[in-house]
Amino acid sequence: MAGIPHDHYEPKSGIAKWVESRLPVIGLVYDTMMIPTPKNLNWMWIWGIILAFCLGMQIVTGIILVMHYTPHVDMAFASIEHIMRNVNGGHFLRYLHMNGASLFFLAVYMHIMRGLYYGSYKAPREITWIVGMLIYLCMMGTAFMGYVLPWGQMSFWGATVITGLFGAIPFIGESIQTWLLGGPAVDNATLTRFFSLHYLLPFVIAALVIVHIWAFHTTGNGNPTGVEVRRGSKAEAKADTVSFWPYFVIKDFFALALILVIFFAVVGFMPNFLGHPDNYIEANPLVTPAHIVPEWYFLPFYAILRAFTADVWIVMLVDWVTFGIVDAKFFGVIAMFGAIIVMALVPWLDTSRVRSGRFRPMFRWWFAIFAINFVVLTWVGAMPAEGIYPYIALAGATYWFAYFLVILPLLGVLEKPEELPETIEADFNAHYGKPDGDAAASPAE
Amino acid sequence: MIKKLALTAAAVLALTGGAALAAGGESHIHDVDFSYEGPFGTFDQMQLQRGLQIYTEVCAACHGLRYVPLRTLGDEGGVGLPEDQVRAYAEQTFEVFDAELDDYRPARPTDHFPANDAAGAPDLSLMAKARAGFHGPYGTGLSQLFNGMGGGEYIASILTGYTGKEKEEAGTIFYENTAFPGGWISMAPPLYGEDVEFADGHSTELHHEAEDVSAFLMWAAEPKMMARKQTGFVAVLFLTILTVLLYATNKRLWKPVKKAAKEA
Repeated sequence: MAGIPHDHYEPKSGIAKWVESRLPVIGLVYDTMMIPTPKNLNWMWIWGIILAFCLGMQIVTGIILVMHYTPHVDMAFASIEHIMRNVNGGHFLRYLHMNGASLFFLAVYMHIMRGLYYGSYKAPREITWIVGMLIYLCMMGTAFMGYVLPWGQMSFWGATVITGLFGAIPFIGESIQTWLLGGPAVDNATLTRFFSLHYLLPFVIAALVIVHIWAFHTTGNGNPTGVEVRRGSKAEAKADTVSFWPYFVIKDFFALALILVIFFAVVGFMPNFLGHPDNYIEANPLVTPAHIVPEWYFLPFYAILRAFTADVWIVMLVDWVTFGIVDAKFFGVIAMFGAIIVMALVPWLDTSRVRSGRFRPMFRWWFAIFAINFVVLTWVGAMPAEGIYPYIALAGATYWFAYFLVILPLLGVLEKPEELPETIEADFNAHYGKPDGDAAASPAE
Repeated sequence: MIKKLALTAAAVLALTGGAALAAGGESHIHDVDFSYEGPFGTFDQMQLQRGLQIYTEVCAACHGLRYVPLRTLGDEGGVGLPEDQVRAYAEQTFEVFDAELDDYRPARPTDHFPANDAAGAPDLSLMAKARAGFHGPYGTGLSQLFNGMGGGEYIASILTGYTGKEKEEAGTIFYENTAFPGGWISMAPPLYGEDVEFADGHSTELHHEAEDVSAFLMWAAEPKMMARKQTGFVAVLFLTILTVLLYATNKRLWKPVKKAAKEA
């Protein structure tokens, strides 16, 4: 791969030379696995492996589940019970798949937060970031459609509410909604197309993951200091990096194993904790659940969707300016998708030259609030839209936009960054050379 | 174990927001110390058999268990009836419609418990998982983390929650129930105590009956619970060993790199 100078694969045996001159696949694997990786990566750099594992696990368990599942409104719910009761190991596979989605999203949120704090999105890694955001969007689509497949009450009503969002688009909304659902309401046509797409999208994700990795293997990994690996010579690059295999593979596997201990404890001992009891009731178009709540990983954006009600001044203003075309409902939809769009645009919204939050004294605080705000939005998204909760949601949603559209652009101008270490090597040596020294350097094991 | 629980707690706290939320209305669910709760909990086979008897003699009059195959009554880690008893139970208790015969015949172990919606009563196959006894507090899911989802508790509380008050609305009689969301339920009190007679002479006080049948319904909803926990244990055990080994490997692998840093 381009970028950091390092040794490339040299085929030695006759067979290897024969293969390599026709299809350089061994060299590709070698260069991918041996890529020089900044040696000061900390524990927040493990989530990539966790995510790759999650994708693999979801695909494998999913493919087996499909063998026993029936995508039909009259049989879907019963076929899930068939998996839970009759299929060998089916109950565990299904719980792995169910909770695997939660682990997947937990990991992706940690991964995104890592990127936001250490400025991983900044030049020259904008494409890595954008591709990552596309992966995240595909994940959301996949998870949403997957949740519909068991055909429980929350499946049905979740699908009704979310596809209803498209119905809020002025003029063409209803047509789009009908097109998505395959009919006027959530029904068999919806279930079968969601099933088809739920099977397709993970492979789209897999392809995007390859592009994601390709992109950051071209630019080189980021690292906690945000200082680039020196590329002057092989010797310089070597002082800043170690090879991915075995150093980071083993480290990442250790982290993965630890996380899997917790994951399997959840799957084995409390597999329904993160689910909603209503989804064990078969879908019934005639009975609306008291509260329709999406899965936990959608809650922050669900909170933003619901935050902008008709009595918020900006909603009233937009409604008035657009002659009612953008009403409260459509405003909420724009806000929800807008929240992700502004996040995707962060490489161009953050004006600071310094990548890592470690050397940005003001940014650190705003980022801490951003992280807490994310948790608050998750929580408030699960609460009923009454009493004080809508105000909390509105404050949280406002901060989300303010962070990307106001705070990050301004901070780059107002903030005086701290001094950066000369090199990655210097940072690493400072950390391990002086155990009690330099408090600014956080663990870089 | 405490560490594992703490780890689990930490993990789940990190996930925040516990998805499940109160289904509205104040209801009073009392905590029951069911034998199947917790990572080490197992079903009490005798209790499940008593629960099956209560279901058969009382609940089955209005409620079906359409997703539960009769043969699973013989499964280990559950009700655990011997094979001949399963066959006898199926034959003597239920008649099912056979499309091939175009007629009713006695049930076989390969059949399911029959569906029963004659009285408009909900199917009970998944009831113990379709209701949460515990919520919150404030949507955090902490209560469920420590007490479980509370499906069994919910059913037991409904069965013991009648106050004796009735009201009629639009031709339907509603019964006041302290556990039911909204406070009024259309199901007449099904159990009063001493509704059945147990072969083992176990107490038939109302709350005993309620707990027995709730445990049985939890089994009906989650028949593989024991197998699941066992798999969970093995997985956690082996992954813990793997984690320790990988920790040591990682430590050793990086030692020279860190040593070089120290000497630099």
